[in-house]
Order: sequence, then C-alpha cells, then structure tokens
Amino acid sequence: MSALPEFSTPSFAASAQLADAGRLRKARIQNVQDFLFHKITLLFALSVLLTLIGILASLVINAWPTLHRFGPAFFYTVEWDIIRGEFGAAIAIFGTLASASIALAIAVPLSFGVALFLTETCPVWLRRPLGTAVELLAAVPSIIYGMFGLFIFAPLFAEYGQPALQSTLGQMPLIAPFFGGAMNGIGILAAGLILSIMILPFIASVMRDVFEIVPPILRESAYGLGCTTWEVMHNIVLPFTKTGVIGGIMLGLGRALGETMAVTFVIGNSQRIGMSLFSPGSSIASTLANEFGEADGLHLSSLFALGLMLFFITFVVLAAAKLLLARMERSQGSKT
Amino acid sequence: MMQNTIRCLLAALGLSLALTNGAHAADITGAGATFPFPIYAKWAEEYKKVSGNGLNYQSIGSSGGIRQIRAKTVTFGATDAPLSAEELQKDGLVQFPAILGGVVPVINLEGFTPGELRINGEVLAEIFMGTITQWNDKKLEALNPGKKLPNMAITVAHRADGSGTTFIFTDYLNEVSPAWAKAVGKGAAVKWPAASSVGGKGNEGVAANVMRVKGAIGYVEYAYAKKNKMGYLTMQNRDGKFVAPDDLTFAAAAAGADWKSVPGMGLSLVNLKGANAWPITGASFILLYAQPANVADSNEALKFFDWSFKNGKKMAEDLDYVALPDAVTKYIRESVWTQIKR
Repeated sequence: MSALPEFSTPSFAASAQLADAGRLRKARIQNVQDFLFHKITLLFALSVLLTLIGILASLVINAWPTLHRFGPAFFYTVEWDIIRGEFGAAIAIFGTLASASIALAIAVPLSFGVALFLTETCPVWLRRPLGTAVELLAAVPSIIYGMFGLFIFAPLFAEYGQPALQSTLGQMPLIAPFFGGAMNGIGILAAGLILSIMILPFIASVMRDVFEIVPPILRESAYGLGCTTWEVMHNIVLPFTKTGVIGGIMLGLGRALGETMAVTFVIGNSQRIGMSLFSPGSSIASTLANEFGEADGLHLSSLFALGLMLFFITFVVLAAAKLLLARMERSQGSKT
Repeated sequence: MMQNTIRCLLAALGLSLALTNGAHAADITGAGATFPFPIYAKWAEEYKKVSGNGLNYQSIGSSGGIRQIRAKTVTFGATDAPLSAEELQKDGLVQFPAILGGVVPVINLEGFTPGELRINGEVLAEIFMGTITQWNDKKLEALNPGKKLPNMAITVAHRADGSGTTFIFTDYLNEVSPAWAKAVGKGAAVKWPAASSVGGKGNEGVAANVMRVKGAIGYVEYAYAKKNKMGYLTMQNRDGKFVAPDDLTFAAAAAGADWKSVPGMGLSLVNLKGANAWPITGASFILLYAQPANVADSNEALKFFDWSFKNGKKMAEDLDYVALPDAVTKYIRESVWTQIKR
C-alpha cells in the first residue's frame, strides 16, 4: 500500500485531481438536491398537518357563537329547534353512536365468521372469488347503499323484518320497548343494518389478512396436537392477531361514525330521541348533509359545532384504538 | 419532460381561466331557491336560443341565495321566503316575485281515488302536530261523511333539508292553526312535533316515503304529486269551498292577492280569499341590487326575466307552475324595475 504513490505520474495525479474536482462538484450538487428534496418532502408532510389544524381552527371559529351561547350544555341538550334558535347536540350524537354501535354489533361477528371461513375452512378454489366478492362490497359507493336501503331494504324490513322482531324480541320483558312503535322500515335500526353491510368488508378483509399472517408452524403444531378448528382459532390465531383485529374493527367504526349519504337515506331524519330502535332519528353527518343548504346565523354555527363534535368523536375513537394497540403490543412483548 | 408537463399545466390553467372569463361575460349568474329551479332552467334554455345568453343558476336553497347576493357573488338571488321591507332597505335590495306554485298534501291510503278525501287546515295542522294519529279519527270522519276510513296509524313525512316548500306549507299551517303557530312556527325547516314523523331529502325523498309507507301523509310540490300520480287531499279554502290542486286554483289564489299592499311585494299567498283559491300557494322571489356593482350584468338579468314573463307562460304551465298574471308583471316592470339603476 505504501508503495502505491510512486506509481502515480504527475499527469495521472493531475487528471485524478480534475476528476476529484468534478466529483466534488457533483457531490455538492447532490448535497443541494438532497437538501431541497428533504425540505420539499417535509413541506408536503407539514401541509397535511397544516390542513388538519386549519380545518380544526375553522370549525372552532365557526362554532364559537354556538359554544359561547349554550356552553357545555350544547353537548347534552335534547333540543333542535331552528325557528326558536334552541340547539343541542344530544339527538345527533345519540343517533350517531346508536347506529354505529348497532352496525358494529352485527358486522363484527359476521366479519369474524367470514374471515374464519376464508382462512381456515374454505376450499382453496373458492377462496379467491369469495375474498374478492367481500372486497367488492367496499367498492360500492355509499349513495348506492342509501338507495338500496330506502327503496328495497326498507319496504321489505317494514313488511317482514320489523313485525318478526316485534313479535319475538318485542315480547320479552326489559327489552320490549326497544322494538315497539310504528314499523315503517326506516329508523335507527335500519341505519345500523345498512351501515353494518357497509363496514363489513373493511373489517372482514383486515381480519382475513391478519389471520393469514399467523405462522403456519403455530397453526399446524396446534392441529398436530389434536386441536379442533375452533380451538386453533380461539387459542392460537386470535391471541396472535388481536391487535390487527382491533385495528380492523376501529377502522370500521370510524367509517360508520362518519358515513353520511346512506345514513341520511334510511335513518328517518327526525330530530328526536326515541326509546324504540324502530323510531326515526338523525346522526351528526345526516343533520349536516340535510341542513347546511338553508342554514344561517346561530343555526349554521350549531352545525359547525356538530361537525366539531364528530371530529372529536372520531379522534377519540382513533386515539383509543392506538392506545389499546400500543398497550397490547407492550403486554405481548413482555409475555414472550 | 418535467418542463413539458409544467408547460401543459400552465396552458391548461390559462385555458380554464379564459373559459371561465368567457362564461362570466355571457352568462347571467343567479343562486338560491330550489322550488323554482326547473322553470328557471327551462326559461334559460329557451332564452339562450333567442339571445345567446345563458343562465348559470345554482339551486342551493333560499338562504344560500340570500347569502350569495349579500356577498355579491351572483347577479341575482332567489328565495321562497320573501325578505321584509326593512331587510331590503338595509341591503339596498329590490325584490319581486317571478313564479307561482302550489304545495299539495299527499297521502298513501288504499281504496281512495286521488282527491276523494277532504281535509281542512285545522285538521291538517293537528295531523302534523301529532294530535291526530289515526286515519279513522272523528275529525277526519266528520269531514268525510260516508267514507270508510281505515283504522290505520298516520305516519307524517316531511322534508329533512331546509326548503321553500316547507316554508310555504308551514306558513299555511301557521296561518290556520294557533296551536301550530304557538308550538312550531314557520320556516324553511322546523321542529316537526309528530312522534311518527320521518324526514326525506328533497321533494323526491318525501314522495318516496309517502309512496312506501302505508298510511303516510306528506307534502310536495304539485309537479311531484302529479308526476308520481300520488293520492292527494282536497282542501277546504278560506271561503269554505273544497278545492283540488291545479293551475286554475293556484291562479285563483294569486288573483286574490294584493301585491301593492306589501312593500317589496313580499306577500304570503297562503289562505287567501277566493271561492276557487287553493289555500297552500306560494310565490318565489328574485332579489337584485338597486345600485348594482355591475350594471351590465344586472341589465342582462332583467332582460332575461322580462323575456320570461312575456314568453314563458306556456313553459310554466307545462312544468305545473303558474305564471304571474299580466297585471302583476306590468306592475313589476313599471314600479319595481324602475328602482334599479339601468
């Protein structure tokens, strides 16, 4: 190595120097490019944050007259009287949470069944078409679900579904009031049912994906020990994938909370809280969709306050999901 | 490649700017009420054929129209709920009616032909209040002697979105029922008191709910009731006569109106006198600035309405609206448009 410099002739050294200078220039340019690239991508990333802050700020500014006028009572007052200028968010919050809860209560077990079938017991040739069909459900635009809900589902539900529910669950003590009242096919329960179909593909496809990443060795070992399919599912697959499963459910919940068009079609759009699940109600999103066109003054401000509330609810749901996932990951980490 | 893309984008931007500028120069811009949108669109289509000038009308709702004209983003605003004289004064706006129409109570009850059942304003208000909940209620039976009304629950269908149709309908209930006036009031959207009420989006939403739910009652623009062949109720008017909704009874209501009595022509046409007058009739209004920022645009808008008043009667009839009587358009030309700087 030490002998090497002796071989270099002056001309070679000069050309090497020249090449070095060229490389240096290139490196400098690349440095600048890197710097610019870094800043530009940073700008893109920041613009997302800025947009978010901008939306939040404009919501708060526009909602301020309402928040100032009614105070915290706005969020638990059961009143929505446009003529008299009395506004409360409780009806819309109730409708949003009730319809989303019904949707989850139906969609989660169904999705679990779908995912379980697709990953564990489905014949291989059927897996792909069935899986695609489930995913295609997610591609149907929500307005189509709304039209289907109002024109096809609701009449059938009023004719057969609701009378059946009323004559069975509606006869039981304690829960009877939930299935009473007029049966016209639209209302909180109908909205929940339509929502459940809408969020099912999201939850099911996430569940299927995470079930599939369970290492075959675990699964096969369990089968080798003589476990039934259910035991494998319950003791191996579910514990291994519960973070992903929860994530999928939260994704579905997020969609159910903010869904506008389909819910507006079937929820009944009535500013009232009824005891019965058959009774019409309204969600935050449906109220916004219906009333923005003709709103002004305090009414408009109250709609912005509702929007703020929806923002807050979805934020809490997502934050809770993240927290839950983080905690689960930590406990899993400590176990192994 | 990059430069080409940028050049392309710039060219596209320039083109779109040129296009919007071009559109701005030729088209009359207006925004507001959804109730008269079909007839304004029809008028505009025909007007464009003769004048070359198009109309860019956004049917965003009456309050939206008032907001837009106040923000001066459009040449004219359109509203179903007229502004008061003070409001007009304050903003320097001029108001005139452009078209008349009727709102019809529609029902879904098997075994009755459209218009066979009769009702009056008080009972209608009680149904929408939720104090009458069955079709065989004594008050309904008293109005329909000899008819076998079913023992069926009434479902009330109303508009979920704010609307001029709702304004006209609640204006009427407000007029005929003190209980309604006390508990609910009138407006583009109200708090519907009946426990059975369901809201639908737009006239088509209400029509769909009424046609779907047995025993339902709702209210829609006349055109929707006619187009969908819906069962409607014959109404008792102020003179005590029972009338069916059609162009003649709407026109009879308009004939009974004294437009000069209210400054700004902001007249309510509900429950007017006249043996043949349909009681739930309303007008849709146009708002223009008395001192427009752009006089040329304002003139174009006036020309459009002038042409429409002269030539648009048949079109209005075809779409089940009622054109203003000649005496009224004459008054508008001579006493209202003269207030606008030409």
